[in-house]
Amino acid sequence: MTDKVQFELVSPAKLLLSEEVEMVVVPGGEGDFGVLPGHTPMLTTVRPGVIDIYENDKVVKSIFVVGGFAEVSEERCAVLAEEAIAVEDLNRDDAESRLQKANDALTAADNDIAKQVAERELLAAEAMVAACGA
Amino acid sequence: MPNLKDLKIRIDSVKSTQKITSAMKMVAAAKLRKAQMSAESARPYAERMEAMVGALAKSFDGVDGAPELLAGNGKDDNHLIVLVASDRGLCGGFNANIGRFARNKIAELQNAGKSVKVLCIGRKGRDQVRRQFGDTILDTMENLTKNGAIYSDADDIALRIRTMFEEGEIDVCTVIYNKFVSAIAQEVTPLQVIPFAVDQVETAEEETQDGDLKALYEYEPSEEDILEELLPRNLSVQIFRAMLESFASEQGARMAAMDNATRNAGEMIDGLTLTYNRARQAAITSELIEIISGAEAL
Repeated sequence: MTDKVQFELVSPAKLLLSEEVEMVVVPGGEGDFGVLPGHTPMLTTVRPGVIDIYENDKVVKSIFVVGGFAEVSEERCAVLAEEAIAVEDLNRDDAESRLQKANDALTAADNDIAKQVAERELLAAEAMVAACGA
Repeated sequence: MPNLKDLKIRIDSVKSTQKITSAMKMVAAAKLRKAQMSAESARPYAERMEAMVGALAKSFDGVDGAPELLAGNGKDDNHLIVLVASDRGLCGGFNANIGRFARNKIAELQNAGKSVKVLCIGRKGRDQVRRQFGDTILDTMENLTKNGAIYSDADDIALRIRTMFEEGEIDVCTVIYNKFVSAIAQEVTPLQVIPFAVDQVETAEEETQDGDLKALYEYEPSEEDILEELLPRNLSVQIFRAMLESFASEQGARMAAMDNATRNAGEMIDGLTLTYNRARQAAITSELIEIISGAEAL
């Protein structure tokens, strides 16, 4: 068994990242989880939040992702994200204006699906603001 | 005898047309390369998504209570056709082919007593359907594929389709688009997205995984919950993919059409130049004869 995990981050438009990492922490739908080599195969949802990539027990890269899925196998971890932005590229003003917009959309939502979408957007925006502060 | 001046004017006009078509060909070739690249880079996401849906769908095979986006709502009375075409013409049979296919499909469904609605992506698709089935067109979205497809647009369209599905306005949704085969070949392809046809993806899955997938994965949260999240997103991805493929096909078709046009213009110029030279020679000859016979008369 190797001591590295093949981590892949994919957005609808392209393959963003594909590299060998020591450990990666993914914000799962039911709580954060870390992936080390030999992880149980698993399929899970990903909530808006920050993915941390560890190298020598230190975070070397943090990426903010919105919504998606993670597919984990013993030697691989693939995250499908709708949006992915490196944390250092996040902008607090953008995040806050997005939060504002999401709030407006939620008030304006007049059917179930629009409401669902607005709620999801609100969560994404909140996570984005939180990621900026961190 | 054709007038020399008129011929000259015609030759010039054909030449300037040729310049335009050859420039368009170059532009299409450059855009094609870009479109091909973006279609290729979108592939990993779509493939993994398909693998996941395939794995999950298997566990719902024949089981009641599967999500409606996957299993359908048991009816097929109301059809929605999403017609992905281009905004601009001058791309050969690209829009005509897909338009013909769509019209046949609409007629077929209507003859079977189903109600049909059409959502057009791209102005030219609407133009193709409007005359015969104008009342079926719900809406037309323009300028979406001007500079290549954008995922958020696909997402918006998917949301709209989902809303209609959940409100019971439609039962079945099919995307018709031009599949990119090669730079010179496109294929009109219908793709059923609601209910999602799983057998399209299962074959690919079986090649990569040999064990039973259900036993292979742990699901967190439950399979139902993941599938519920996954299916709407899968719809967006399928539409996004159709848009990307269609855009690449459009550029390919335009490149081929403009290549032809440039060649035809070249042939025309050759023909006209020949006529022009003959006419010029004939004019000189007759002038000479006039001078000589004038001199002889003296």
